[in-house]
Amino acid sequence: MKKQLWGFAAGAVLAAMIAVPASAHRQWMMPSSTVLSGDDVWVTVDAAVSNDLFYFEHQPMRLDALKAWAPDGSEAVIENKATGRYRSTFDVHLTQKGTWRIASVVDGVMGSYDLNGKTERLPRGTTTANLAEKIPAGATNVRTAESNNRNEIFVTVGEPTNTLFKPTGKGLELVPVTHPNDLIAGEAFTFQFLLDGKPTADLPITVIPGGIRYRDQLGQIDTRTGADGKVELTLPEAGMYWVNVTTPQVEGEGEGPPPADAPPRRRASYVTTLEVLAP
Amino acid sequence: MQPATRTILIGGTLSAALAVPVLAAAPATMDVTVTIPQLKVAEYHKPYVAFWVEKAGAPAKTVAVWYDHDMKANEGTKWLRDVRQWWRASGRSMTFPANGITGATRAPGTHKISFSRAQLGALAAGEYVLVVEAAREVGGRELLRIPFTWPGKAGAGGRAAGKTELGTVSVAFR
Repeated sequence: MKKQLWGFAAGAVLAAMIAVPASAHRQWMMPSSTVLSGDDVWVTVDAAVSNDLFYFEHQPMRLDALKAWAPDGSEAVIENKATGRYRSTFDVHLTQKGTWRIASVVDGVMGSYDLNGKTERLPRGTTTANLAEKIPAGATNVRTAESNNRNEIFVTVGEPTNTLFKPTGKGLELVPVTHPNDLIAGEAFTFQFLLDGKPTADLPITVIPGGIRYRDQLGQIDTRTGADGKVELTLPEAGMYWVNVTTPQVEGEGEGPPPADAPPRRRASYVTTLEVLAP
Repeated sequence: MQPATRTILIGGTLSAALAVPVLAAAPATMDVTVTIPQLKVAEYHKPYVAFWVEKAGAPAKTVAVWYDHDMKANEGTKWLRDVRQWWRASGRSMTFPANGITGATRAPGTHKISFSRAQLGALAAGEYVLVVEAAREVGGRELLRIPFTWPGKAGAGGRAAGKTELGTVSVAFR
C-alpha cells in the first residue's frame, strides 16, 4: 500500500489525533552517520524531543531506557552519556563489523480502577513489574492495558547484517525487507511492521524529512501498512527522515473524555531515523 | 599471401586458421588513463578514487582503490565510505588494505594503470562497464561510467570526461 499526502494540514490533523500525553512532540535520535567504514569506528548520537526535526529546541530525550547491541547480539556499552537542557548525547564504540541497534524501549501500563466510589487512573510510570503496588487495597473494577514505545536507530560498519532483527514479540517492531542502512534516494524500499510479533495491516506510518526549520511545508508522507504489514516507500531526496508508527485510535476516540467504564486501549508506538543517501 | 591462405583453407583447417590468429591478437590488458584535475582551492587533499567493473547480474568487482593507505592505525579507511556508490556496490564487503587492489592516492596529473584479465576478474566475453568514482576530503565527488566489450579490440576503447573531481578517463586495450 502506497500513499503520499503532502502539506501542513494533514500533519496537523494527524498530530492532533496522536496527541498521546507521553509522546507529544517528536522524539528522535540523530546518529552522526549510519553508513560507516574504518577500523576504529564511533558513532555519536543526539537525542531530543522537539517540534522541528531535527533541531533540539524543547526537551532532551531521557536516556534511562537506552541500550545498544553489537551485531553479534551482545549488549554494548553506551559511553559519554550527557543530558543537557535541550538534548542528550552519547557515543557508541562500534567494535564489530555489521549492523548495530541503539534503542530506547519504554513499556508501561495504563489503566484505571474504582475506589470509594471514584474512578482513578493508574499513575505514569506504572509497569507490569510495579502494577501490583500501584493498585491500592480495596480497588475494584481494575482495567489495564500495556503500552510499548520503541525508539531505535541502526548504524552499520561495512556490510549490513540482519542478526539484530529477531522480533521480541512485544510492541511495534520493524522487520527489514530492505535493510534500513541501505537506502538510496529514488529507490523503492520495503519494511514490514509487526505488532506484538504479528504482521499487522493498516498501521498508520508518518515519514517527515529533516530540515523543517528552513522550509514552509512539512513535507509529511502518510501511509499505512498493507495486508502483510508491509509498506513500500520511495524517498526522492537524500537526507535524514523521521519515521513514526503509532497504533491507530478507534473511531470517536479523543473526542471528549472516554466513558468511565471504557477499557483502556492497547497503545504502541515506533520511532526511527532513516538516512537516505544520494545515488 | 592470398593464394597461400586459400590453400590452407582448402586443406580443411578452416576453423583453426581463423581462430588462432584472432585469439593471438585478442588484447589481454586494459589500460586506464585517468586525469586528476588541478584545483585552485585553499585546502587540497588528493582524492580517494575507486575503479570497479560492473556486469548486469553479477557482483561488482573492485579493481583499484586509491586511498590514504599508510596512515597510523589504518585511519584512512574511515573515509572510504565517502566513495559512496563504490562503497555500496563493493567496498563495504572488502577488507583494507586489499592486496593488489589498494594503493596510495595520486597527485593531480595524468596516471595510467593497467589491468590484466585476471585482475579484472577473469572476464568472460561480454558487455561491461568500468566505473571510476572520486571523492575528495573537504571537496566534492564525481563518478564516470565507461562501457566496454571484453575482449576489446586492440587500441583505444571508450572515454568519459569529468567536470569537477575527475578529468578525462579513457580505456585502451592491448
